[in-house]
Amino acid sequence: MERNSYVCAVCGHHFAMTARQRLDHLADDGAWEEIGGDLRAADPLRFVDLQPYTDRIRAAEAKGATEAIISASLAIQGQPCVVAAMDFGFLGGSMGSVVGERFARGAEVAVARGVPFISITSSGGARMQEGVLALMQMAKSIVALDELAAAGLPFIMVLAHPTTGGVWASFASLGDVTYAEPGALIAFSGPRVIEQTTREKLPDDFGLAERQVEHGHVDAVVDRRELPARVGRLLAILERPALDETQSLASQLAQNGTERAARMAQALPSLSRRLRGRPEHAAADSGADSE
Amino acid sequence: MTVSTGSGGRRGRFVRRIAGKFHVADAASGDIWDAIQLARHQDRPYPLDYISRLMPDFEEIHGDRMKGDDPAIVAGVGRYNGAPLAIIGQQKGRDAQDRAYRNFGMPSPEGYRKGMRLMEICDRLSIPLVTLIDTPGAFPGAGAEERGQGGAIAHSMMMMLGLPVPTVAVVIGEGSSGGALALGVADRVVMLENATYSVISPEGASAILWRDAGKAKLAAAAFKPTAANCYRWGVADAVVPEPEGGAHLDHDEAARLLDGYLSRTIRELQALPIADRGRQRRERFRRLGAVRDAGV
Repeated sequence: MERNSYVCAVCGHHFAMTARQRLDHLADDGAWEEIGGDLRAADPLRFVDLQPYTDRIRAAEAKGATEAIISASLAIQGQPCVVAAMDFGFLGGSMGSVVGERFARGAEVAVARGVPFISITSSGGARMQEGVLALMQMAKSIVALDELAAAGLPFIMVLAHPTTGGVWASFASLGDVTYAEPGALIAFSGPRVIEQTTREKLPDDFGLAERQVEHGHVDAVVDRRELPARVGRLLAILERPALDETQSLASQLAQNGTERAARMAQALPSLSRRLRGRPEHAAADSGADSE
Repeated sequence: MTVSTGSGGRRGRFVRRIAGKFHVADAASGDIWDAIQLARHQDRPYPLDYISRLMPDFEEIHGDRMKGDDPAIVAGVGRYNGAPLAIIGQQKGRDAQDRAYRNFGMPSPEGYRKGMRLMEICDRLSIPLVTLIDTPGAFPGAGAEERGQGGAIAHSMMMMLGLPVPTVAVVIGEGSSGGALALGVADRVVMLENATYSVISPEGASAILWRDAGKAKLAAAAFKPTAANCYRWGVADAVVPEPEGGAHLDHDEAARLLDGYLSRTIRELQALPIADRGRQRRERFRRLGAVRDAGV
């Protein structure tokens, strides 16, 4: 199974993967470095439904994962990037404060290093046991992507089964390029909620990845076994030529704490080149500084 | 009546008063349920009730220029304190016919896209934006899904986050789920005294977490989605008082109290440089949440 990327060799069914398995699968040589791995769920509402939230967290942690997402630095097909991979096995992959925070930190590391950011989602949506604070993680993920965009870095989405609710209605819908795994359910409202609310009878293929391509919400359905090569190829296509100097200037500035200047330097390579080149240009050139 | 404005001792006194009141409510789930009924009271003022009182000259826009018009969201520009002001809000209906027409305040993608149309106008013409949030959630329907409900909410948040103009989000009734937050990414997020803000409606949570549609009261008690609690969690920056007994009893007074808060807050926000406003807005939402650090 592991050698076949957890895909059934006979029928092609894509089985669920943990976040660790996801990262092992995507990363060159299976090497990745976790970001924000010490963060753990809190219980701000002291929430109790059929059982206390703290019991649910403990039971989920006992299975080995520390939360429903792992952010990590790694390389895919030689391309350095940051990946935030979700894990449906941890409380339904639900997005609580730790998921929002690890996602945001992943994006911030991508900005600091000037590399693309990729997310693989498998989530039922916001984590209800954290109440309105879970809802706010949707906005936090948007802030993180806004920082990424300001730095001129791409965001690539891979939608795995299922991607629903608040995750689909926030960062998962905002990929520059969006792939989905075969048969993944992708929806804001799940089929059960829709059938209960509207009494509509839904077709069996409601919200599936293949239909989402038809409706224009997903770019391509990609077999998981081809995913590392497909993402690697996209990263290679998007790699910017001859911006090494600007990038290193940007990261230097970022390290010096002048984050805004770094963002500007990244967003405006021609301006930064001009600013840096001015003394030499003034001496050697007759003022032809436009490009 | 003192309104919290985000600084100074007045805010402390005011919030203690409100918080003290809701401290009692926290203890008994029945009181939280009462608050939820109040937030949903059918005589409670809706966006058009506030708009008609705050800005008699108001031009409502219709349609998303792509597919259609969504009556569950009203959007437009009006004259407020001698300058233009834009408003987007979820609109519920008051009688059976109107409720159906407004789809119970549950927006479709066209509604959010109409809102984004107005946000783009705000950006281009430098018009401040106020959103009035009151929805049980975005509409769950197969058609809404096909037309991109998830993406519409995500893009609405992203566009609101990036607006260079002052923005204020006011939860005036029930703010539930991403359907509410789509209009909630603002410089200031405030709640009316009896409003609620939650990740999901108590009924939705009841069906999912308790697997029993009849446990809405229990769900409400667990979520504690009152204005005072949202203030404590940092989700709301201020609590705007309502007329004695609730906004449904006196629309004029409710609008007057909101007017006091909005006038002052928009002025304060306009005094900030654009870059500071943008940075503070991002930091505000970047911060929210509760985590433990196991590494320390």
